[in-house]
Amino acid sequence: MKDEKVFIALSPFHPFYSMAAITLLEAIKQGIWEEMERDERVFLLGEDIGVYGGAFKLTEGFLGRFGEERVIDTPISESAIIGAACGAAMMGMRPVAEMQFIDFISCCFDMLTNYAAKSRYRQGIGIPMVVRGPCGGGVHGGPFHSQNVEAFFLNTPGLKMVEPSTPYDAKGLIKAAIRDDDPVLFFEHKLLYRNPKIKQEVPAEDYIVPIGKAAVRRQGSDLSIITYGAMTYTAMDAAERLEQEGVDVEVIDLRSLNPLDREAIAETVKKTSKVIILHEATRTGGMAGEITAIINEEAFEYLDGPIVRVTSIDTPVPYAPPLEEFFLPQVDDVLKAARSLAAY
Amino acid sequence: MDLNKDQQLDLLYYMRLTRSLEERLDNLYRQSKIVGGLFRSLGQEATAVGSAYALDKSEGDIISPLTRDMGAMMVMGATSREVFSSYLWRSTSPNRGRDQNIHFTDLERGFIGTISPLASLVAVMNGVLLAARMQKKKTVGMVYVGDGATSTGVFHEAANFASAQNLPLIIIAEHNGFAYSTPTSKQMRVLNLADRAKAYGIPSEIVDGNDVLAVYRSSRRAVERAREGGGPALIEAKTFRMRGHAAHDNQSYVPKELLEQWRARDPIAYFEKYLLEKDVAAASEIESVTSRVDTELDADLAWAESQPAPRAESALGDVIASEKPAVIGAGKG
Repeated sequence: MKDEKVFIALSPFHPFYSMAAITLLEAIKQGIWEEMERDERVFLLGEDIGVYGGAFKLTEGFLGRFGEERVIDTPISESAIIGAACGAAMMGMRPVAEMQFIDFISCCFDMLTNYAAKSRYRQGIGIPMVVRGPCGGGVHGGPFHSQNVEAFFLNTPGLKMVEPSTPYDAKGLIKAAIRDDDPVLFFEHKLLYRNPKIKQEVPAEDYIVPIGKAAVRRQGSDLSIITYGAMTYTAMDAAERLEQEGVDVEVIDLRSLNPLDREAIAETVKKTSKVIILHEATRTGGMAGEITAIINEEAFEYLDGPIVRVTSIDTPVPYAPPLEEFFLPQVDDVLKAARSLAAY
Repeated sequence: MDLNKDQQLDLLYYMRLTRSLEERLDNLYRQSKIVGGLFRSLGQEATAVGSAYALDKSEGDIISPLTRDMGAMMVMGATSREVFSSYLWRSTSPNRGRDQNIHFTDLERGFIGTISPLASLVAVMNGVLLAARMQKKKTVGMVYVGDGATSTGVFHEAANFASAQNLPLIIIAEHNGFAYSTPTSKQMRVLNLADRAKAYGIPSEIVDGNDVLAVYRSSRRAVERAREGGGPALIEAKTFRMRGHAAHDNQSYVPKELLEQWRARDPIAYFEKYLLEKDVAAASEIESVTSRVDTELDADLAWAESQPAPRAESALGDVIASEKPAVIGAGKG
């Protein structure tokens, strides 16, 4: 391991181990890079990831270090990309496939839901692959570059899903996802990629964040906000404002969307008895409905008020700034919901 | 490239095995012992057997057959016990009752079961070959599609991908006349499936799919070329589906004259005649292939019928790696 670190320090592309705080994007990049150094079975494939370094430059420098056999620029063919990832994973490799924008994952829905998700169950062969890409709105990307796709896949047994909100988690979760024996969809909120406010120092030594475990971002006793991704910060902002109004809010960052941390969800409900579920994805058939059902199953008798959903509206993600702002959940939406719920 | 007598009798054995096995499956279906669909390859046995026979197991070659390529799977080492027990949904079948017909996989023996969305396995096979390249192996992959599957998006994506990456992929495109009930003339405006390959810079050959030796020779050329780094190839096998899409389908949409025409070109009868006329084998040797197949199948069917059905609760588990079987979910509590 020591030799590897010496090499990494010498690499002209390598920004790591400076001990400076890093962005979420840098954290993911570090995680993948370290896994590729550690395990020669790990390889990348996707559109424009090699020579260009990825549309968001997340894989910049990888081609030079790992070569074109392990950093594969593909045609614009999401089904072929995910099919190839499945086949390579079956043969013992650890593919990490990039969706240039996560919206395009709909193009390979069949490969994911019919092949990757069912393989272990029906034929006893796991598909250890990661499909990662930028998700989320707030950058005026319009209906095809802004979506959150988790609910499309929540109803598919066999696919894991994670979405980090901090650089520490991003690095730990991408490593955990690469080492996982099942297909993992890894959602990266593009609004967080280079947000300087959330930069963090991350440990130089190897670590993972286990899939399936939520994090308590803020302890509170009056009301819980269960959320994930970029909305974690919306929840934290709302919690600060509510504190001034005398409402003590707990914020749960799910981190893993499948499997969900049922224990953490139940625990916070038992503690505060009032719950807001906040997510950026649209409302109907979204994660919030499933989380509501879990609360009913695990902690119904502890509730002191209705379970409240704060989500985007049921439309495609609109492009124009005032429309998109209206579409996305804002701090004020959370405040309004929280005040009404706190009054119960 | 020429096959010796034993090898030619091997080809006959696998074709006969395919046909007789499927005939027994037909009987089981009529007795309602097989549930779901039964997809015959009657008339197409030569394509499946001749193509897979061109592969080299010692190099790790691997196929992904369609349901109508059972013969190819048998060549790679699948057994009639596995096929019977799968169709009869026994707990000891390869997929333990979780998936049907020949959707089962053994990477060691070199076959990957197909899935029902067609041509998906072309894309998967590309990944198998990328892996082999990274693992410094000289594996050749052979994947089967019908005329119908060549119209799917994933077929075009995957064929192009294989070409762009120069992968050792052999696509066996079986032109059997109909995609379920739709004739090729309503599926595409090109005459040949081989024409499709041109768009991707993939060399192709058209071969008589009912002539097992012709299929073998064409496949062998493609396999050797691919192994030497020559990239993918597509072989169009002209053949005919002599039964409906599945056992429920009486194929009333197929003109009778067409069926008669192809019945006269039956691949097994044709090959037996060839073996006799060329003095490759005596009539008694051909008969002994048939009786060997019958003996094996009688025993294997008896074995499969003696196997237990799966317990209902074995539907649970193995969706993800860490999941213990028999965890009772909220819905089943």
